[in-house]
Amino acid sequence: MFEIVWLSLRVSALAIIFAGLLGIPLGSWLGLKRFVGRRLIVALLYTGMGFPPVVVGLFVYLLLSRNGVLGSLGWPWLPHLFTPAAMVIGQVIIATPLISGFTMVAVMSVDSNLRLQLISLGATPWQATRAVLSEARVGVIVSMVAGFGSVISEVGAVMLLGGNIEGSTRVMTTAIVLETSKGNFDLALAMGMVLLALTFAVNVVVLCLQGKAFD
Amino acid sequence: MADFIYQVENLVKSYNGRQVVSVPALDVRRGEILGLVGPSGAGKSTLLRLLDFLEAPSGGRIAFAGHWFASPAEIPLTLRRRAVLVFQRPVLLSASIFENVAYGLRIRGQRDVRPLVQAVLARVGLLPLQDAPSRTLSGGELQRVALARALVVEPEVLLLDEPTANLDPAHVKAIEAIIREANETAGTTVVIVTHNIFQARRLAQRVGLLVGGRLVEVAPTRAFFEAPQTEEASAFVRGDMIY
Repeated sequence: MFEIVWLSLRVSALAIIFAGLLGIPLGSWLGLKRFVGRRLIVALLYTGMGFPPVVVGLFVYLLLSRNGVLGSLGWPWLPHLFTPAAMVIGQVIIATPLISGFTMVAVMSVDSNLRLQLISLGATPWQATRAVLSEARVGVIVSMVAGFGSVISEVGAVMLLGGNIEGSTRVMTTAIVLETSKGNFDLALAMGMVLLALTFAVNVVVLCLQGKAFD
Repeated sequence: MADFIYQVENLVKSYNGRQVVSVPALDVRRGEILGLVGPSGAGKSTLLRLLDFLEAPSGGRIAFAGHWFASPAEIPLTLRRRAVLVFQRPVLLSASIFENVAYGLRIRGQRDVRPLVQAVLARVGLLPLQDAPSRTLSGGELQRVALARALVVEPEVLLLDEPTANLDPAHVKAIEAIIREANETAGTTVVIVTHNIFQARRLAQRVGLLVGGRLVEVAPTRAFFEAPQTEEASAFVRGDMIY
């Protein structure tokens, strides 16, 4: 059981790191700039935020499978299906729109006059941008937590992409599904409690961080 | 010839075809306090932003310290950093008062900011609040922090946009004292926009009247108030300005 929890954490944490690397710059850019086509990108982003994980899983499955679009190319660095790496890819696709959407909102909620006033104080455009992003930091942290919460509790994509293989790709959510269907309610419930406790703990840690940033 | 920190030539700014500022000529002398008065919507704030090179003029050009610029993109950073604008509604960073005042020094790469920041905070009477978070400030304190974060970089020019609007008399007095002190001891040139003609009279050596984006009259303060040359200026001084 410890092994399962550990894999869940590892897969989701890795996915959030990659999704943050993609989503935070994208969200900052969308929050700071005004350009033609921005609304379209935002609309796509919001669609992505509501994307059903199981559909994401299906798409990535079709891409990675041996006869799939990418799988057939045989690139050595491309992860195979039913590996933790494939699960990470699915979760990155689920979490990136969430993180960039929340980041965009956080950046946009910073008073637009602040940037001008910092430039007047002598900031270069890049220095002023950095300050605005730092003002939005709490929102960015929240976006990461929301992303983590959604991917660690997600079951559709990891089931399809990982295959729930014992000792290799079994995570908490897929284990709960399996144990429930086997009638092992005790184990399923225990796993559910661990999952709940875990998300609670992560949120408490982040709230403390937020408090420090503000006091 | 007097030493001019600013010269303005045929400066025009329009938004969506509506002309907000149209100033054919304006000189600001080094070391003076120039008051800009006029009814709201006269283009005072816009003129100030143009002088701070925050907005691009629609036409004309501005000389700062002897160099002519037709757009903010042309002015080098070192020159632009010599003028600082204090906004009517200051927005602070969500950090301590100290960090807010230190910002201008930090972006200039200055080390050991503590003595400078604390000296300025003492001047504006906020040293006891240096560790307080910026969101806890009252309106008057907010304006004083905004002044402090501008003064700490020892600007040559201080552009002030209604620095005492909506403040009680005690705060107005304190802020005017800070402005006067910066002008007298550091020789800082001050351009102050105010709708309060009494404030202009108290602080400024010269006063300019803006109406509808046009600079109607500029004169030494005493002459402006006692013998205005234009119909608009005398109406404004009498208190029955046409809004």
